[in-house]
Amino acid sequence: MALSPKKILMGLLPGLVLGSFLAHAELVEFEIVIREHRFEPSVVEIPAGQKIKLLIHNLDATAEEFESYELRREKIIAGGSTATIYIGPLRAGEYPFFGEFHADTAQGRLIAR
Amino acid sequence: MYAAAIIVFREVLEAALVVSIVLAASRGIQRRGAAIVVGAIVGLCGAALVAFFAEAIAASVEGIGQELFNAAVLSIAVFMLAWHNIWMAKHARRMVSGLQAIGSRVQSGEQPLYVLGILVAVALLREGSEVVLFLYGVAASGSNAATLLTGGLSGLAVGILFGAAIYFGLLRIPTRHLFKATGWMILLLAAGMASQAVRYLMQAGVLPDQMPLWNSSSILPPDSVIGQFMHAFAGYEATPAPLQLAVYVATLGLIALGMRTIGRQSAESSARFKH
Repeated sequence: MALSPKKILMGLLPGLVLGSFLAHAELVEFEIVIREHRFEPSVVEIPAGQKIKLLIHNLDATAEEFESYELRREKIIAGGSTATIYIGPLRAGEYPFFGEFHADTAQGRLIAR
Repeated sequence: MYAAAIIVFREVLEAALVVSIVLAASRGIQRRGAAIVVGAIVGLCGAALVAFFAEAIAASVEGIGQELFNAAVLSIAVFMLAWHNIWMAKHARRMVSGLQAIGSRVQSGEQPLYVLGILVAVALLREGSEVVLFLYGVAASGSNAATLLTGGLSGLAVGILFGAAIYFGLLRIPTRHLFKATGWMILLLAAGMASQAVRYLMQAGVLPDQMPLWNSSSILPPDSVIGQFMHAFAGYEATPAPLQLAVYVATLGLIALGMRTIGRQSAESSARFKH
């Protein structure tokens, strides 16, 4: 049976989770609202080279999937709930994201400066 | 309507690939049908449950429950794929050594059937819950729900047809080559899933995020059809983090090593048996 790094990882997980909570305590938070399948604001400026915490409040009744290839992020946000996503540190630049379930309207981008 | 079809097809693609490759790779294993059916039922019920409790799962563990859940499901799939491949390595050698007749009798059901069942279940569970959430949202949205629902269901049908095409395509390969081919495919699936699990742990902030190693989105855009397919099939990412690549290579290497070691052992023992 192959002892893959995943197995080792799962063993380390509880400690890592605890450690990460402590590390997250002082992160800068940014908030986005999803309303009628649109992001408000649709453009968010964040500091480059710094890890941030992004809170996304889905005010719609139905679920949305926050997705970004550039940010390597993918998260289902149930209707009426708030999702927490950790992002960065990022190089300066633009990072588009979209709501996969309503990609015609749900478009936005992060700008790291 | 097209948009809905494409969204559902994208979600179904990965599950369809995994299930069809696993089905082809387990060809001839006795009583596998029951394991697969039970796995599918458990997976689909699980998908509905995960969709229903999506909010609770996401809110758990300080808001990173969904990432931990996805990483755990992917890890289970990686282990089951590894297990399957290593088991098959043992069998392929025996088949070649001529100790047992080549054919369905060879796979006399020694393979623990629950490995197959779990693989089918986890493949349907993760992607299925997203399809359920999307279709539920569409159904609840009123206005043009019927059109969107038709689109979604046709995406589902195309995804299933795609899986069936891969399965029957693979079955056209002669048995010995078939297992070699599915072995390679399963290696790639497993490595891709391990790298995805790392990405979820980075998203959760459990692992540190890293600057990507490269950006190949201009060569193979991740949202293109081929990009999507390669993501589902071999874990392609346009901007992979170094740790993702490391885990990808390590998973490939460890499973291949396991297959080689077990394969050689069984070859030696069967050679001894012969003389």
